[in-house]
Amino acid sequence: MPIGELRALQRDRLRAVVKRAYDMVPYYRKSFADAKLRPEDIKSLDDIRRIPFITKTELRQGYPFGMFAVPMERIVETHTSSGTTGKPVVAGYTRNDIDLWSEVMARALSMAGATEKDIIQNCYGYGLFTGGLGVHYGGHRIGATVVPISAGNTKKQLEIMLDFQTTLITCTPSYSLYLAEVAEEEGVDLRKLSLKAGCFGAEMWTEKIREEIERRLNLLALNIYGLTEIIGPGVAHECPEKCGLHIFEDHFYPEIISPETLEVLPDGERGELVLTTLTREGMPMLRFRTRDITALRREPCSCGRTLVRMERITGRSDDMLKIRGVIVFPYQIEKAILEMKGIEPHYQIIVTREHHLDEVEVQVEMSKKLFSDEIRKIEELRRKIEKSIEEAIGLRAKVSLVEPKSLPRSEGKAKRVIDKRQLS
Amino acid sequence: MKVKQISVFLENRKGRLYEVLNVLAAEQINIRALSIADTADFGILRLIVPDPDAAKRILEKGGFTVKENNVIAIEVPDRPGGLVSVLKALQDADINVEYLYAFVAKSHKDAIVVIRTENNDGALKALKKGEVKVLSSEELYSM
Repeated sequence: MPIGELRALQRDRLRAVVKRAYDMVPYYRKSFADAKLRPEDIKSLDDIRRIPFITKTELRQGYPFGMFAVPMERIVETHTSSGTTGKPVVAGYTRNDIDLWSEVMARALSMAGATEKDIIQNCYGYGLFTGGLGVHYGGHRIGATVVPISAGNTKKQLEIMLDFQTTLITCTPSYSLYLAEVAEEEGVDLRKLSLKAGCFGAEMWTEKIREEIERRLNLLALNIYGLTEIIGPGVAHECPEKCGLHIFEDHFYPEIISPETLEVLPDGERGELVLTTLTREGMPMLRFRTRDITALRREPCSCGRTLVRMERITGRSDDMLKIRGVIVFPYQIEKAILEMKGIEPHYQIIVTREHHLDEVEVQVEMSKKLFSDEIRKIEELRRKIEKSIEEAIGLRAKVSLVEPKSLPRSEGKAKRVIDKRQLS
Repeated sequence: MKVKQISVFLENRKGRLYEVLNVLAAEQINIRALSIADTADFGILRLIVPDPDAAKRILEKGGFTVKENNVIAIEVPDRPGGLVSVLKALQDADINVEYLYAFVAKSHKDAIVVIRTENNDGALKALKKGEVKVLSSEELYSM
């Protein structure tokens, strides 16, 4: 779509959604009143900056159905966020919302090359988590064959992958590597199966992990992004050019703000992603602070799509660690570790405070390739990792080598940081 | 005449050595000699066993990180200064010793020393020149 037309469409949709949210959701009526704002004040896309932000906290206060903008009889489905930090956020979908979700997920899967001939093994969990059903609806819209195997039961996953000749898989990046590990143990060569692409998301990962996945599974590994508060997976997806995720901005309007000043930042600058749903009926979100750290890029993409791209998520504004006053994102440590050849991408960061001083310990799994019978060589390796981390974050971290497969592997989101400081 | 040695990575965690030895015991692997090198965080268990390939397989199956490499086993006269002459031979040839450990075999009057150097071939030559008795795998395992 030409940019001019897209902007006009976004503007019209924004005005409509602002009015709907204001009319139907008491929360928005109050937040607009507090900001001395009326829905008709929002005329252009730039006016969006006048709308107050909304965060998970406000959404939780509306638990369970307080944020819905339609009567319950029009809600046909609900999902919730994981609720690991308190009451979950409940998302409500109308029939049109499910339609919208199917549409954006179909676009996402198509970017990975999915057609009606493909067999999609959907290893995202089915249930309250949006991953499973999101992919499911998108697959249906395309006409592909969806195998709703859901998460877990890795041996069964491998069996199905072999027997059905699965062509596309959808799961978390860490689970795909776990699959590869189990396949190796079982003597199954994943590289020789029919897999051609995978849509990996629901947790942060890096280019190094992508290389590792592509090498071990012999497929095109693409990044998918989404969140329950907005719709679930299908907010943005990478095209095979792998230069950022195209945001489906005709439905989801992105902004980047500084998490500290809350000012909107120019394109290309890294900050927190804020999203506004332009077409959601069940639960419109106006300027939702995602806490995800990224940057927007509008240079044309070689794939031909005009949709804005967001960079791979590199952190969460709330997992930002402040260690001895220095801001550290776990991905910086991850990158430093993965730059060392032969190290498995499994690690854990432990932050403690002893005698009023923050200490960082990074546990890294020893690999067969790097193990030596000589202490000197292992110590050299350990120091090399420490140096690489110090260069990346500007702080000394203690590296401990632990036994392979001893760090927790989760079948959902991998827990990388354990903060043992009791700061609050 | 090099001898195969098995090394196992040990995380500094309670009961880990026990687990390694338990796995070997369950498979009836007898240990001829062992040494543990340790740092504050981890250790390396080094083993001489009659069937190193089988031991490696068993340990890997048990989830351990294992490496096989060559060491030299020699006989050292059981008297003061016995080891000195051996080390002199290596020093004269400018060969560094990474580590060594000793044990006594029940059917043997001399002590056995396992040596790991950076350059095993050079070390073997030097030991031969210094008239040190180097043991073959067969001799070592049959003790």
